[in-house]
Amino acid sequence: MMLPRFWRKIKYRYDIVGTVCETCGSKYYPPRNFCPICRRKSKMKEVNFGDKGEVVSYTVVHDTPEEYRMMKPYIVALIKLDGGPTITSQVVCDESEIHIGMRVKKAFRKYFEDGEDGIIYYGTKFVPES
Amino acid sequence: MIAVEKVAIIGVGQSEFGELWDKGFREIVLKAGIEAIEDAGLEGKEIEAMYIGNMSGGRYLAQEHISALIADYSGLAELGTPSTRIEGADASGGLALRQAYLAVASGIHDIVIAAGAEKVTDVASEMTTDIMASSADREWEGFVGATIPALFALMAKLHFERYGTTSEDLAMVSVKNHKNGVLNPKAQFRREIRVEDVLNSPLVAEPLHLLDCAPLSDGASAVILANEKIAREYTDNPVFIRACTQASDYLAVQNRRDITTMESVRKASSLAYRMAKISPEDVDVVEIHDSFTIAEIMAYEDLGFVEKGKGAELIREGITELTGPLPVNPSGGLKACGHAIGATGIRQAVEITLQLRGMAGKRQVDCETGLSLNIGGTGATAVVTVYGVR
Repeated sequence: MMLPRFWRKIKYRYDIVGTVCETCGSKYYPPRNFCPICRRKSKMKEVNFGDKGEVVSYTVVHDTPEEYRMMKPYIVALIKLDGGPTITSQVVCDESEIHIGMRVKKAFRKYFEDGEDGIIYYGTKFVPES
Repeated sequence: MIAVEKVAIIGVGQSEFGELWDKGFREIVLKAGIEAIEDAGLEGKEIEAMYIGNMSGGRYLAQEHISALIADYSGLAELGTPSTRIEGADASGGLALRQAYLAVASGIHDIVIAAGAEKVTDVASEMTTDIMASSADREWEGFVGATIPALFALMAKLHFERYGTTSEDLAMVSVKNHKNGVLNPKAQFRREIRVEDVLNSPLVAEPLHLLDCAPLSDGASAVILANEKIAREYTDNPVFIRACTQASDYLAVQNRRDITTMESVRKASSLAYRMAKISPEDVDVVEIHDSFTIAEIMAYEDLGFVEKGKGAELIREGITELTGPLPVNPSGGLKACGHAIGATGIRQAVEITLQLRGMAGKRQVDCETGLSLNIGGTGATAVVTVYGVR
């Protein structure tokens, strides 16, 4: 991913900051400028959805994109945050440990790097809560 | 929504699908186009407009302006014929078909061509995976390593948990489609496989194995559409498009209400049934976008052939086999035919047309009404087309 495209979303990647529509209460991650339910009546406010949630579904990825080759296999999960919305993220734990309904918490982790001299891309991953 | 003109398919063409190392993009498109024109009995210059489904000429070939390229090499640039490229990931072909349908249904054009084409083997396979990943949300799915197979795996895993679908059920979809592919001379893989072969093939994204995933292939396909009056002049067995609908869903899987349901498929198909004035039970033959085996199971449900959660029963009971009451993917589907991305939606139309004409050879089924489902990426775009002999 190109640097500016990554950099301008850092706030939303390092912490799970999304938006809530003050008109209808719908919560969105990633943030939206516009609520699909309220449309023109939408009133969006940024909110931090916290750092805990539950695994809705997961997969262990074996056939990986180039930048993730060193990490394979890795776990990708959909996590329903206690704060409301669902996020797609990696879960760092043993493959035998992961299951639907598992409690997880946010961790700040490295995703990948642009070669040896390039920048390192960090973001949110999840680890078992206990 | 009422069509002003009834729209018929009067010609079909398809290149081989597969790893066509010795053929370039221009050649495969031309092959499909010429075959369709000859099949319709046209000279070519009668065609008033051209619509081309292509997902990523820009990244596969570093060539944009695919519409102009094809108009040029098909000889239509000489006549100034309008040509438009349409993109909707691997639903590009279906979208091109729909634009062509709308042009004729509205009475604006009398006779048009809809084509789809993709040339994927000119780049390395890691690059291909990355290009396909761009049909999902690059910033919020691709970034965390959620590839397209991984996203379908998330759907499969929850479908397993909630409805008791199993890896064996998914494998049976692949086995069925390979069995049908043997009978299709244009299919990429013309060999049978067994359930064990699927289960023993390498894991791509658990629970999906390599043989649950359609290959990415080179290929092109084309159909000629005309209004009823013109269709009757050219052919005694026109196949009518009774509905061609499209719907959208949230791009990222995480934002969907239920990941075991493709809302886009439900919306597009219910509208299609209404427009064609039929119900799911009236459908005799189906082509489904089985980019991954789980997609075919979910489509059984979302197209209304069976209630939510019971998709696997259709494959377990042999309902969707070639010899069953509702044959699905007689062509071999994306799995055995090959998935030439932008060409797939049109290839499905080619298959249903051949079936309804009674010209599908050894894979012929008894049918009067057909349906095709083409989806883009993980289902953010769906195109449903209903075909009939009347």
